[in-house]
Amino acid sequence: LAHGSGGKATHTLIEAVFLDAFRNPLLEPLDDGARFGVDGASLVFTTDSYVVSPLFFPGGDIGDLAVNGTVNDLAVSGAEPLHLSAGFILEEGFAVADLRRVVASMRAAAETAGVRIVTGDTKVVQRGKADGCYISTAGIGVVRRPLGGEVRPGDAVLVSGPIGEHGVTIMLARGELDIESDLASDTAPLNGLVTALLDACGDGVRRMRDATRGGVATVLNEVAGDAGVAVVVDEDAIPVRPDVRGACELLGIDPLYVACEGRMVAIVSGDSADDAVAALRSHPLGEGAAIVGRIKADPPGLVLLRTAFGGTRIVDLLVGDPLPRIC
Amino acid sequence: MRIRTAVRVEGVVQGVGFRPFVHGLATGLGLAGLVGNDARGVFIEVEGDRDAVERFLGGLREPPPLAVVERITTRALPPGGPRGFAIVGSDATGRRAALVAADSATCDECLRELRDPANRRHRYPFVNCTGCGPRFTIVTGVPYDRPNTTMARFAMCDACAAEYHDPADRRFHAQPVCCPACGPRLVLCGADGRALPGDPVEAARTFLADGGVLALKGLGGYHLAATARDESAVAALRSRKHREDKPFAVMVADLVTARLLAEVDPAEEALLTSPRRPIVLLRRRAGAPLAGAVAPGNRSIGVMLPYTPLHHLLAAEPLVMTSGNVSDEPIAHRDEDAFARLGAIAGAFLTHDRPIHVRTDDSVTRVFRGRELPVRRSRGYVPAPVPLPPGGPAVLACGAQLKNTFCLAHDGRAFVSHHIGDLENYETLRAYEEGVAHFRRLFAITPSVVAHDLHPEYLSTKYALDRGLPLAGVQHHHAHVAACLADNESAGPVIGVAFDGTGYGTDGTLWGGEFLIADLTGFERAGHLLPVPLPGGAAAIREPWRMAAAYGVPAGLDVARRNAANWDRVVALARRGVGSPPTSSVGRLFDAVAAVLGVRDRVGYEGQAAVELEQRADPGERGAYPVRLDGDAPFTVRGADIVAAVVADLEAGVPVVSARFHNTVARLVVTGAARLRERTGLTTVALSGGVFQNVLLLDRTVTGLEAEGFKVLVHRRVPPNDGGISLGQAAVATARALTR
Ligand SMILES: [Fe+3]
Ligand SMILES: [Mg+2]
Ligand SMILES: [Zn+2]
Ligand SMILES: [Zn+2]
Repeated sequence: LAHGSGGKATHTLIEAVFLDAFRNPLLEPLDDGARFGVDGASLVFTTDSYVVSPLFFPGGDIGDLAVNGTVNDLAVSGAEPLHLSAGFILEEGFAVADLRRVVASMRAAAETAGVRIVTGDTKVVQRGKADGCYISTAGIGVVRRPLGGEVRPGDAVLVSGPIGEHGVTIMLARGELDIESDLASDTAPLNGLVTALLDACGDGVRRMRDATRGGVATVLNEVAGDAGVAVVVDEDAIPVRPDVRGACELLGIDPLYVACEGRMVAIVSGDSADDAVAALRSHPLGEGAAIVGRIKADPPGLVLLRTAFGGTRIVDLLVGDPLPRIC
Repeated sequence: MRIRTAVRVEGVVQGVGFRPFVHGLATGLGLAGLVGNDARGVFIEVEGDRDAVERFLGGLREPPPLAVVERITTRALPPGGPRGFAIVGSDATGRRAALVAADSATCDECLRELRDPANRRHRYPFVNCTGCGPRFTIVTGVPYDRPNTTMARFAMCDACAAEYHDPADRRFHAQPVCCPACGPRLVLCGADGRALPGDPVEAARTFLADGGVLALKGLGGYHLAATARDESAVAALRSRKHREDKPFAVMVADLVTARLLAEVDPAEEALLTSPRRPIVLLRRRAGAPLAGAVAPGNRSIGVMLPYTPLHHLLAAEPLVMTSGNVSDEPIAHRDEDAFARLGAIAGAFLTHDRPIHVRTDDSVTRVFRGRELPVRRSRGYVPAPVPLPPGGPAVLACGAQLKNTFCLAHDGRAFVSHHIGDLENYETLRAYEEGVAHFRRLFAITPSVVAHDLHPEYLSTKYALDRGLPLAGVQHHHAHVAACLADNESAGPVIGVAFDGTGYGTDGTLWGGEFLIADLTGFERAGHLLPVPLPGGAAAIREPWRMAAAYGVPAGLDVARRNAANWDRVVALARRGVGSPPTSSVGRLFDAVAAVLGVRDRVGYEGQAAVELEQRADPGERGAYPVRLDGDAPFTVRGADIVAAVVADLEAGVPVVSARFHNTVARLVVTGAARLRERTGLTTVALSGGVFQNVLLLDRTVTGLEAEGFKVLVHRRVPPNDGGISLGQAAVATARALTR
């Protein structure tokens, strides 16, 4: 189970099994999408599978999750999403009405994102061999303008809005927390927001990532590890809705590790940070955008959180499901 | 008959006046020869009558106070060397194994000089000699010589150099030797770093007397000091440090003053006045002249005596002395960092220009049945090794997550590090990594095995896994029991009882109420508390009331009403097992009872609820609740039955519930041990884990076990808490390698 929670265990699994077997220059960076050129055009190709319980939850369902997730992987790679595929694995007995609902929300999400679902596949497995409905999507996008180079010290770290809403919504929807809340998943296509950011800051944008499984903490660890820099985040600057904070306190977890489905982390050059925030905030999906921290040279590879008391806590990549470390 | 013998002495024999001692011993017996330091310790050649040589070798067994002679080996040489006895230069080549001494409190002779107006070191705050002064905290490398200390930057004046080179002088090769003409200087600064006028010591005393909070550069780091009687000064210190309830320690001028604050028995007196000068936890006197904010609601008080000349000059009045940090940060030890971090807390800085190389907190200890029971092993104790069976490989043991220490062990010696702290903090992690590198150099140990906890999220585990060396995973509670075995120089097997907060079990659940059949190589989980949900994981540790909910106490109780806003939710979390990993922790059972009894719903520091529950216990009460062992191999004990008995007593208005609960946990240990003795024939019980810092519980437990004829091992050199884990890991890795 720990292999699916987006932490170090997942990385180990991927590296041990898949990278070894498939090794090639396009796969090697282990980014969310592969980049390659065809006839002078620079393309990004990505795929993702969706399993979520419950299938329907406040703010969305597995359908728009499957479209938005792949759109977002393309968008944060700096590509304009073009076409998607969709594969369905259905459990025998899955209600047709539910399937129609899922498909309708996929269509709506695709329309909002401005992409088309151009190919697909469906398999039905025996009852009990799957949990209702799984969806796999792949997407292809075209890169119109390259991002502005390596992440480096002095860059600013932004999030596009309050974090952790998707993950907490799912927990509430499972009825696990006995909390009444009007919280909804943040699932949304980020390509419009990315365009707004790139329009405003151009080369100032170094890197973008959608913060899905493992939350913002996992994304920041990837940034720190890949670029060999430190990410220093201010606890007070991280936007978290009170409902999310309350649920996290109840569960004893850190919102930084909770999944989002429509939030991104952007690393932008220091001097374009203010423009970047303004551009994000001018878009409906980025109203709650904030600068949450800075890139520093030291200590390379680590994410540090400045706490309200002025302490510095290490925000590390979790190996699996969090267990208390206090003796 | 005339013979010549080469002698090698190993142990703590450098910088402690050993060569002058050898010189005096040899010349007194009319022997010729030489003595010198090298990387392994001291080498000696003596020539003379066989009889005199024998007496010389016997005399080496009674060395100067700071020296520790671990091993003496001899070899015959052909006689015919030159007359006279010479002290020869150091030889820095060869494998380094000479031991660095721990820091040592100012000796009586230096103290006399400090107070003697005619002495050239009168009131000089850095007076020291071969018998006292800074060692471990100023050593930057080996061999222990002045250039390898933070005194390297101070060139000795002629007078000091004469003392330093005179074998008959108390300061012969005392590396930190100095005087007002050539040594470090004291300065009093404002928080802005600008020097204040006047004599620094006098001005600092006035500043303290006026209710100020003073940052003070000590031996292993900065302290924050305030007059201990001054309610508003101590309260200001608390609020600025963001330290709500955790007791402060007090430094007093002498034993007489200590006795005004607390009861001091002979064993406690010996600890207080030992050259190690730990903070000793004492029974506080009623009406002790201390501000209430020093140790709110606590029956005990941590007291220490001055251990540097500067402390002697400053501590005329009892002073609160707490580590120079904010909240859980590590203690500041570099000047720039201290000014940056403590500037908002302290109004003035009493500082100097002798750098501190290794950050080392005060040690904390107490006396249990006439013997030392350490709470935190650090300054004054480290780096003295703990013995292990000889012949073991070079092991790096990475320790736990909180109260971390690490340990480097090789061939019969385990060097347990100073207290490092909570690794989640970046500064602490850095201190950890630097500390490991420093110890490796200091003791010339290049690890071939890395021992670690099984908790995958401990930063010490992640550090271990990144070493690229063969690994030895050691389960947390096995490490606790192994630490207790190593501490008592035993290999087991024993009935190990490890009670603590939480530790990662081999089944992936959180253990903490464990009976192990263990030796140094392995263990069997032979009994444990029946697991209950830990609702909200770490949140349940911060909020003991959640454990009351997890233990299913009735919703009508006060604890439920006080926490009504979240009670039902936490009950539901626990019932569904959402975010609620199962735990068999005894620490959490203490939490549940503390919350039920209204002691505390939220804690500001680790173990606070249990500490305060202990304070409530009436030591005269002998009653206990029934304890039942269910099943076998492993047996389990239902904590819920104990909590239910507590609730019943509470509702019946019984006033001695806390004491009965303590007695019950002690009975649980005795009952469990008796069951395991029947099964295995083992008659020795080792007690470890943070829960056994509770001396009331420990006393009841040891009494009960001894009454049943058990031999009981408790800690004496390393703490029962997670500060001892690294020693346990090292002992296990060593034992496994030696049995292979
Ligand atoms: Fe422990
Ligand atoms: Mg993805
Ligand atoms: Zn001295
Ligand atoms: Zn001098």
